[in-house]
Order: sequence, then C-alpha cells, then structure tokens
Amino acid sequence: MIGSATRLEAPAMTSTAQARRRQRLACAAFRLCASLCGLLIIAVMTGILLELLLNSRQAISTFGWKFLVSAEWDPVAGKFGALSSIYGTVVSTLIALIIAVPTSLVIALFLVELCPKRLSGFFRTAIELLAAIPSIIYGMWGLFVFAPFMAEHVQPLLSEYLGFIPFFQGTPMGIGMLTAGVILALMILPFVSSVMRDVLEMVPAVLKESAYGLGATTWEATKDVSLRYGKAGMVGAIFLGLGRAIGETMAVTFVIGNDHSLSASLFASGNTIASTLANEFTEASDPLYLSALVELGLVLFLMASIFQIIAQLWLRAATSKMGAQ
Amino acid sequence: MNDSLVPNPKISVRRLNFYYGSQQALKDNNLDIAEKAVTAIIGPSGCGKSTHIRCYNRIYEMYKGQVATGEILLDGENILDPSVDLIRLRMRVGMIFQRPTPFPMSIFDNVAYGLRLKAKLSRSELEARVEKALRDAALWDEVADKLYEPGTHLSGGQQQRLCIARAIAVEPEVILMDEPASAIDPVGTAKIEDLIFSLKNNYTIVIVTHNMQQAARVSDYTAFFYNGEVVEFGRTTDIFTRPQKKETEDYITGRFG
Repeated sequence: MIGSATRLEAPAMTSTAQARRRQRLACAAFRLCASLCGLLIIAVMTGILLELLLNSRQAISTFGWKFLVSAEWDPVAGKFGALSSIYGTVVSTLIALIIAVPTSLVIALFLVELCPKRLSGFFRTAIELLAAIPSIIYGMWGLFVFAPFMAEHVQPLLSEYLGFIPFFQGTPMGIGMLTAGVILALMILPFVSSVMRDVLEMVPAVLKESAYGLGATTWEATKDVSLRYGKAGMVGAIFLGLGRAIGETMAVTFVIGNDHSLSASLFASGNTIASTLANEFTEASDPLYLSALVELGLVLFLMASIFQIIAQLWLRAATSKMGAQ
Repeated sequence: MNDSLVPNPKISVRRLNFYYGSQQALKDNNLDIAEKAVTAIIGPSGCGKSTHIRCYNRIYEMYKGQVATGEILLDGENILDPSVDLIRLRMRVGMIFQRPTPFPMSIFDNVAYGLRLKAKLSRSELEARVEKALRDAALWDEVADKLYEPGTHLSGGQQQRLCIARAIAVEPEVILMDEPASAIDPVGTAKIEDLIFSLKNNYTIVIVTHNMQQAARVSDYTAFFYNGEVVEFGRTTDIFTRPQKKETEDYITGRFG
C-alpha cells in the first residue's frame, strides 16, 4: 500500500531516475557476482597447487630433483622415485591417444559425412551411453574379460609378428601397460569422438561445397578444409581425451598391474601416478611416504598443465600461420 | 525454347525437374547456355535460380533427399547420368558462391588447391599457374607480396576474387556464379563485374543474381525464373527492353519481387 501511494505522489521523472538507479545497481551486482565466480576458478587452482606443495615439502626436501629421475620406489626403505609412475602415465596415455584419436576421427567423419540421418541418431545415443558408463565398470570388465582376451589372443599375436620390437616382448600376462592403454582408449573414445563430431558439424556447408566444387573427394575435402577449419576444436578434442586419460584412476588401477618397475615391454605390469595414489594412499602410514605420494600428485598436476600450455602455444602459432577462423 | 536463339549452346537443359524431398522446386526447365558468353538468371527469391545452377555441377548431391530428373547436356553429354564421374565434372564446371569461401590456408595454397587435386605439378609450374590465375582474376597486383598470408585476411571483395582465381586455376569450361557480389561492397562489386566481363572470352559463365542492373550490365543472355519455371529467356537487351511475358515485365519494372 505504501509503495503504491508513493508512486502516485512521485513525479514521473523521479521514478525513471529511480528505475535507472536500480538498473545500475543490478548491473553492478551481477558484475561483482560474475567476477567472483571467475576468481573462484583461480582460487581453487592456486589452493590445490599450494596444498600439494605444502604437503609434499618433506619429500621435495628429502629427494630433490632425484625424485623425478629415480625409479626406485621402496616404502620399507623410505626411498621414493617417481620415474616409473611418470613413465607409466605417459605411455598409457600415449597408447590411449594413438588408438582413440584416429578412431574417433573416423567415427566423427562417418557420423557427419557418410551415415544416413536415421542411423546417426542411433549412433549418437550409443556413444553417449558409452560415455556414461562408470570407470569402475570399465575396470572390472577390463580385469575379468578384456585382460584374459588380450593374454590369450592379442598379445601372442603381437609378439609373434612384432616381437622384434622390445615393446612387444615378454610374457603375455593380460594385465599390464598395453591393456591399460587400450581400456583408456575405449574410455576416452566417446568424449573425443563427440567433440570431433561437433567440430565437423560446425564447418560451414558452403566451405565444403567449395571444396567439392573443385573436384575434391570426401576425404580430401575433410582433410584440407574441414579439419583445418576446425583445427582448434580438434586439438581441443584431443586434449580433452588426454586430460581424461592422464588422470584416469579406477579402470587403470584394475588392469595395469601396479608394479613399480620400468620395463620396455608393454606386456609388463606398470603403474601410473593416479593408480599409485589410489592403491597406496591408505597404506601410507609414514609421513615421508605420504609426502612422496602428494608429490606424485603435484607432478601429475604439473604434467597436465604443461601439456595444456604446449597445446595452446602450438595452436596459436598454427592459427596465425594458416589463418583459420 | 527457341533453339536458334543460342548459336552454339555449351549446356542444354531439357525437362529439368528438381525435388527437395517431396517438394518440387524446378518444373520442366528448358534452357540453353551459350558458349563463351554470360547468361544471367534472374527472378524473385525462392524461384529456383540457385537450385537450377546447382544441378550443373551436381553439388546438390551432397545433401540427402535432393533429386534432379531430366537432362543437362554439357557438350552433348548428359551430366545427370549416374555414370558421370563427379570429380571430373566439377573440374569442368567451377562454382562461385554468395559469400566468399576462402579455405583456411594461405592465398597461394587456396589457388593451388584445385591444381594439386587435379595433377602433380612441379613447384615452378605450380607457381606459374597460380600467378596466371591471380592475374586473370585481377588480384595479382594486390596480393603478389603476401602470397603466403592467410586468404581469410583479405577484404570481402578480394576474398571473392581469390575464390574466382581458385576456380579458374583448374581451367574449367563453365563457371557458375551464385549471386557472387551480393555480400560485397559497391567497389568490390564493380571489380567483380569487370572481371566477369573479361572472363567470358575464355569461359562460359552462368550468373544468378537478384540485382537486375547487374544482370543488364554483365550478361549477354538472360533467363527469368518464377516459381521454379523458366518464364522467359532471350538476349539480355530484348528481355530488358521488350519482354514478351507480363510476369517478366512486372518483375523488371519492379512491380513485384
């Protein structure tokens, strides 16, 4: 009642001024809110980094740079080196990317360029469902179904025909680096392929028509025009996959064997940073042990950041050279 | 159509029908395209102009549900025949689009693109062909010192001439232009029109335009399309000075469209 009374009495000019002031206030409030949310990201990033640094102090001061180059991991003797974990993380991620990136590209191409519309909806749902499977399920399936299959069928074949390469020597045990890499590939495939599909779908039809209009085949038009046009998105898709693969824990822990030794053979057991953390955190009673594990986490954090930065720099250089839009 | 109207047709369209799914977009089109001349296709929006020329290189086949029936004879060979090699056809019939479509690569690579698809050329031969195409497209003087910069950094009008250079580099016989100047400023448009005028010595050009002055300026023959039908076709001077059909007259005098 009071509100309506004042509005009646107040001249029109004042009410517009009031409305304007309210608008300005709302605008400022929104701006503040948005800035705070933006700052939150930086705060969380810094917080995690600081926390990791703080809690790994003891390990850092005890081992120094040797932590990164030593493969010795002996909790009983109190000796910790990250090399086998770093190696395992890099190799399993590489295997995953080597398998998943080309496959995803072909899947995306198929969905966008070749597949009939009706089928493409079906495939889309299937891929999304694949992405929705929890990683523990991949891990269990990997351990009970896929690892034996690798041991009985794939690995013997690989060592027979490619055995001259050290990667494919050794006992086919099923669990190990290769199996972990393949499982990782399966896990990142849905993410990478759906981002790639979106990227290919964003290429303007008229640009593709221009390529076809010059007599290009589907593959030529895709390779020379669509992929170049969507390069940023493609790299983004690969790094999304890399980011997931590098930190994936559960499924890898199940199938990698969790062994702190360095071996050229991909059939041998190994470990990744994430799998070591998952496996050993509960056992780490000794402060130095715990500190070493936190430092492993720090290494993983830095590795992921460095990959991201390299990707950004490379992309910037490539974009300014090619003139992608 | 009166066959004697066009002395030496490069393309003869006979009973061309076109469907987007169940919707018919072209009805029994008959048209002759004169060799080494400019034929303009005019008509109101949605009358089938673009659809019509998109049949000449069968680019519509990229999309499902689009079907053309009838005959389009290019030098007497029906290009709608399923056995026609699409890649060879599209090298013979180039296309320029409404908006410039430079590929995300350097100016040089844009022009060299079609050449590289067509044949393996030595570097020096490739350079010579690229330069010739850029000269023919009246763009050489503007880009000679920045051939390796991205094509997307050029102005809109320059980008469109780059696309024309890219199309003529492979030496097609026919060039289709789908409203090539509609997204370009007046100065750029004038340059493109000059270019069309000079290109017709070597190429058969079909240009779709909704700009009647442009049709009158650049073309030798004009076809007026309405509702998917070829309403009237003749020499440009005849169409614009003494149209035979009432719809044509209404359209060119601005009474509708």
